[in-house]
Order: sequence, then structure tokens, then C-alpha cells
Amino acid sequence: MRSKAILIPSLLIILLLSCESKPYRQGEALYQHYCANCHMDDGSGLAGNIPPLARSDYLAQNQEHIACIIRYGQEGEITVNGRVYQNPMAGIPELTEFEITNIINFINQAWGNDNGYLPLSEVRKSLEDCK
Amino acid sequence: MKPFLLFATLLFLLVFSCRQPEKQLPILSKGKEVNGQTVYEQIPDFAFVGQDSNLVTNATFAGKAYVADFFFTSCPTICPIMTRNMLEIYKHFQDSTNLLLLSHTIDPRRDTVGRLRQYARNLGVRSDKWFFVTGNKDEIYDIADDYFNVVIEDPTLPTGFDHSGRFVLVDPQRHIRAYCQGTDSTAVKKFMEDIETLLHEI
Repeated sequence: MRSKAILIPSLLIILLLSCESKPYRQGEALYQHYCANCHMDDGSGLAGNIPPLARSDYLAQNQEHIACIIRYGQEGEITVNGRVYQNPMAGIPELTEFEITNIINFINQAWGNDNGYLPLSEVRKSLEDCK
Repeated sequence: MKPFLLFATLLFLLVFSCRQPEKQLPILSKGKEVNGQTVYEQIPDFAFVGQDSNLVTNATFAGKAYVADFFFTSCPTICPIMTRNMLEIYKHFQDSTNLLLLSHTIDPRRDTVGRLRQYARNLGVRSDKWFFVTGNKDEIYDIADDYFNVVIEDPTLPTGFDHSGRFVLVDPQRHIRAYCQGTDSTAVKKFMEDIETLLHEI
């Protein structure tokens, strides 16, 4: 009885604390290091020149391409939220598939995004396809 | 009646005592003593090409204050944040006819007039308010020094350039009156207050 009285509150506390910690810490740190210079801390991009990641329809609809863009870069026109962007983006070849997965999953839930969870297996498959 | 009068007088005094003498920005350009007077270096003569293929010279800024910086459009490091902060300055002083903006590309080989025009258009800014200029590379690198900026070509860097991202405020006498680190939003806010102060002078 007594142990139960301790166990339940402890579990509750652990649950509460774990909910408060932000997910995708590595993804966030990598985002800050590799992506935030251009796409900005708040994912807003730069007016007309660098597309936003926050509430981006392109991001939501092209989940299978994102890993390839991060690794190999992006050339040519893309349309994001109705606006055309044509500045090229350089790839980041030094990132591992784990790191890329963490970045994507951070972006997918940051700044009001709700693009779900992209498992490593999907990232692997994308990278295999665009090699 | 009497306490009311006292109160009103006090309020009156308080309001007036709060008015400070108008603040002035110091001249930060290098100065030297000539015949017991300090003569400050001016931004030298320049002639660059703007995003409308127009000639941009000192005359473009005659009688006005302007903010100058150095960047390049394909820069993946500090420039996008600098441009975002320049855009904040642009928006804040959009209706002040006495303030202009001048961004020099340090990559004139790739940043052609067409590319600068596209970049400015994408930002949605007016070409008679914010000038994006290109020109002779050596002249741009030389004048960067006069604007307290350092620009170095460094082939070992992935981007090929190393440059300091300072925003510099120049007055109508071509003297530098304030500067800040263009990537630091807090510093840029303070810098905008300096711009306000200078505009009161003009």
C-alpha cells in the first residue's frame, strides 16, 4: 500500500517532467548549426529569397524529398506557400542519415508544424533513391 | 483649490524637468588635428552600379543619412540574418525621406545587376530607397575598409569569403556616426535609435 502511494506520484512526476522536455534536442542543435543562418531561428526564411520551413506546404507535401535536399542541396525553382523561390541551396554532405532524420523530425514539429514523425527507414530509402 | 494648484505646479515642473537636452551622436570617423581643429575622414568618392543599372555615387546620398553594409546573395552564413535586420530598418524608416540604405555585394562576379535586382524585388523593397550595388571588386573591398568593414577572399572557406557584418550609419557630411553588428538583433534595435537621433539633426 505504502509503496504504491510513493510509486504513483513518482510516476506522475516523471511523466510530467518528460512531457516538458523538448523532443528532438539533437535535431534542434543541428538545425541551429546548419540551417538557422538562412531559414532563421523561427523557420520564417528570408522574404522571397529563402523559403520558410514554418507552416510550409512544400515541407508537408514533400516529406520523401527533404532528406535529399538536406544532403545534396536544391537547384531550380520551387514553390512554397504560393511563392516561387529560385536561389540554390547548398547540400550538407557531412550529415549522417541519423542526423538528417533528427533534423527533419525537429522541423516537422517546430513553429506550429504538424507533419508527423519520419522514421529512419524512410530517410534511408529516400537517400537511397536520390543517390 | 490650494492642493490642486500645488499639484498642477508640481506636475508642470516634473514634465519640464524630464525634458533632456537633445542627444547627439559622436563622429566615429578617424580624425586628425589640423591647425588646432579636428578634421574627420570622410567616406571617399565612389561610383557603383545599382539594381536598376543606375549609377550610384555619393551624390545619390547628398543631404541624407544612409546605412551601408557588405553582403552577397549566395552567402549561407551571416548575410541572410543581416538582410533580415536591414529589412527591419527599411520597414521602420520606410517613410523617412532622409534615410537610405546601401548594400554592396562582395561577390561581383556572381552578383550581377540582374541578380541584385531579383534579390531586391524578392524582398519587395523600393529601388530608390535601398540600393544594392556591384562594381569593381577592388574598389568595393577598399571602400569596405572606410566603412569599418573587413572583407577578405579566403579560398579555404566553403563560401570563399570572410567578412564582418557591420551596419554603418553615415551622415550627410560623409562621417560615420554609429555602427553595429548586423547579425545581432538587440544591437540593431539600439542602432535604429541612433538612426532616429541622427535624423533629428538633418
